[in-house]
Amino acid sequence: MTDQTSAAIVRIRGVNKTYASGFQALKDVNLDIKRGEIFALLGPNGAGKTTLISIICGIVNASSGTVIADGHDTLRDYRAARASIGLVPQELHTDAFESVWSTMSFSRGLFGKAPNPAHLEKVLRDLSLWDKRDAKIMTLSGGMKRRVLIAKALAHEPRILFLDEPSAGVDVELRHDMWRMVRELRANGTTIILTTHYIEEAEDMADRIGVINKGELIIVEDKKVLMRKLGKKQLAITLRQPMRSIPDALDDWSLELTEGGHTLVYSFDTQKEETGIAALLRALGEHGIDFKDLRSSESSLEDIFVSLVHQPNEVTV
Amino acid sequence: MNLHGIRAIYRFEMARTFRTVMQSIAAPVLTTSLYFIVFGKAIGSRMGDIDNISYGAFIIPGLVMLSLLSESISNASFGIYMPKWAGTIYELLSAPVSWIEVLIGYVGAAATKSVMLGLLIMGTARLFVPYEIAHPFWLIAILLLTAVTFSLFGFIIGLWADNFQKLQVVPLLIVTPLTFLGGAFYSINMLPPLWQKITLFNPVVYLISGFRWAFYGMADVHIGVSVGVTLGFLLICLTFVWWVFNTGYKLRS
Ligand SMILES: Nc1ncnc2c1ncn2[C@@H]1O[C@H](COP(=O)(O)OP(=O)(O)OP(=O)(O)O)[C@@H](O)[C@H]1O
Ligand SMILES: [Mg+2]
Repeated sequence: MTDQTSAAIVRIRGVNKTYASGFQALKDVNLDIKRGEIFALLGPNGAGKTTLISIICGIVNASSGTVIADGHDTLRDYRAARASIGLVPQELHTDAFESVWSTMSFSRGLFGKAPNPAHLEKVLRDLSLWDKRDAKIMTLSGGMKRRVLIAKALAHEPRILFLDEPSAGVDVELRHDMWRMVRELRANGTTIILTTHYIEEAEDMADRIGVINKGELIIVEDKKVLMRKLGKKQLAITLRQPMRSIPDALDDWSLELTEGGHTLVYSFDTQKEETGIAALLRALGEHGIDFKDLRSSESSLEDIFVSLVHQPNEVTV
Repeated sequence: MNLHGIRAIYRFEMARTFRTVMQSIAAPVLTTSLYFIVFGKAIGSRMGDIDNISYGAFIIPGLVMLSLLSESISNASFGIYMPKWAGTIYELLSAPVSWIEVLIGYVGAAATKSVMLGLLIMGTARLFVPYEIAHPFWLIAILLLTAVTFSLFGFIIGLWADNFQKLQVVPLLIVTPLTFLGGAFYSINMLPPLWQKITLFNPVVYLISGFRWAFYGMADVHIGVSVGVTLGFLLICLTFVWWVFNTGYKLRS
């Protein structure tokens, strides 16, 4: 049925969450996660990312709304829904005295799967944890514990994987290993939803991006489209002589005068055929405006993110 | 039924038990031995028989119950409290297991352990006092029923507790006094008439009485009443756990 009606593997409809304290952490969230994609959920601290993930996974009760995971309602048909979900939590919650191997076997069993040592071995090897399989978890470093949590989440071969801040406290090398693994999982058909504060990570990894702020999902967009729509290119022209104001002759270009009149900034749309740069430079020459330097820059996802979170009303996509 | 899930929880809990074998097995056996030496041998030799049973033999059922109750409660309450405290409960909450399966896993493991302990204490007691068992079938049945019921009760305490103090307070301030006043060391016929009435509000009286009946064929209250009261308590506990899991009380925010 689900394959027919849509490619969404997770459907979130009208989800609200008000905690017992009276704090409203989620406001009418609607979101579809497509089967097989990597979806990055971005947002500042306290935006509601973990709350949303916790509701989908069954750890937090939504105040209202529905969630369908892999075709199953997460409340009415929780067994089937949860069996297809793996979760790597944000906090390093681990048993202390268990070995890596036994905690992983526990996870697999808990999710209703028969033992499969070959699968566990593969996951442990992929995460460079094979040598540590008999170590007690409390003897591992923080980064290793994070990997143990990933191993536990993958122990039952989930079709949907949630990674809540997977790169927190993880060194660069491991991060690269981890992302390689995430790509592999995706190649094998796993859908991945991750949250991160490293925006370059989302830029690098994600197919689509959702931005959440103060409990509201303010934008959901294909990463490339998002960057194109909101991304601006700028040309900064450093002048020899500072200017008081922009001459009327340059009205055709939307220019800004910055750095006390020393720099002219020209913002242009990278998608247009004509950038207008050549004409601008000619006009500057004609009016005897000398410049000593030219710099162009492109806005990163980070700039976009900051502008979204800080002036959500000014951005329209 | 998620049988793999039940097995995973049960194994996990049993492994925890055997990791702490000194604390969970050796300590209660030692404590009980001390009771036998002090009450059974030293003081017991000066006490008259109760209902034609030597005092040393008379206190065995009560002592076994004492350990059974406190161990069932502490095992099961720790079992579910620790994941809450360590945060690893997230996995249980996000797993495709029903509350019945969670119960079978946790309560089953806690009860298994207390039954093992109960048998061990009965064996130890045999070293000090010779005794015969009148109703072996009933003895095992009561042992199992009590272990399950009080493991379930412990599970509830573990769900309810949000700090270590609360975890200890019910066993220390309620269960231990009730057990001591439940006729472990005396027959309730030895109490003044008013206290004989009051003591019937103590559920532990029914447990110990029923258990003593299985040992020696004599009891303060009828065996049917004993079993009935225990089953009633079991039912109350089950209803409560069902409610907790369905509302998410103290588990899901
Ligand atoms: N159990 C709770 N009771 C009350 N308020 C809560 C609870 N859990 C979270 N909150 C509040 O809900 C809001 C959203 O929290 P959440 O953990 O979902 O944020 P987040 O986006 O994951 O943040 P971070 O990036 O810091 O992980 C926060 O303001 C938080 O204080
Ligand atoms: Mg979070």
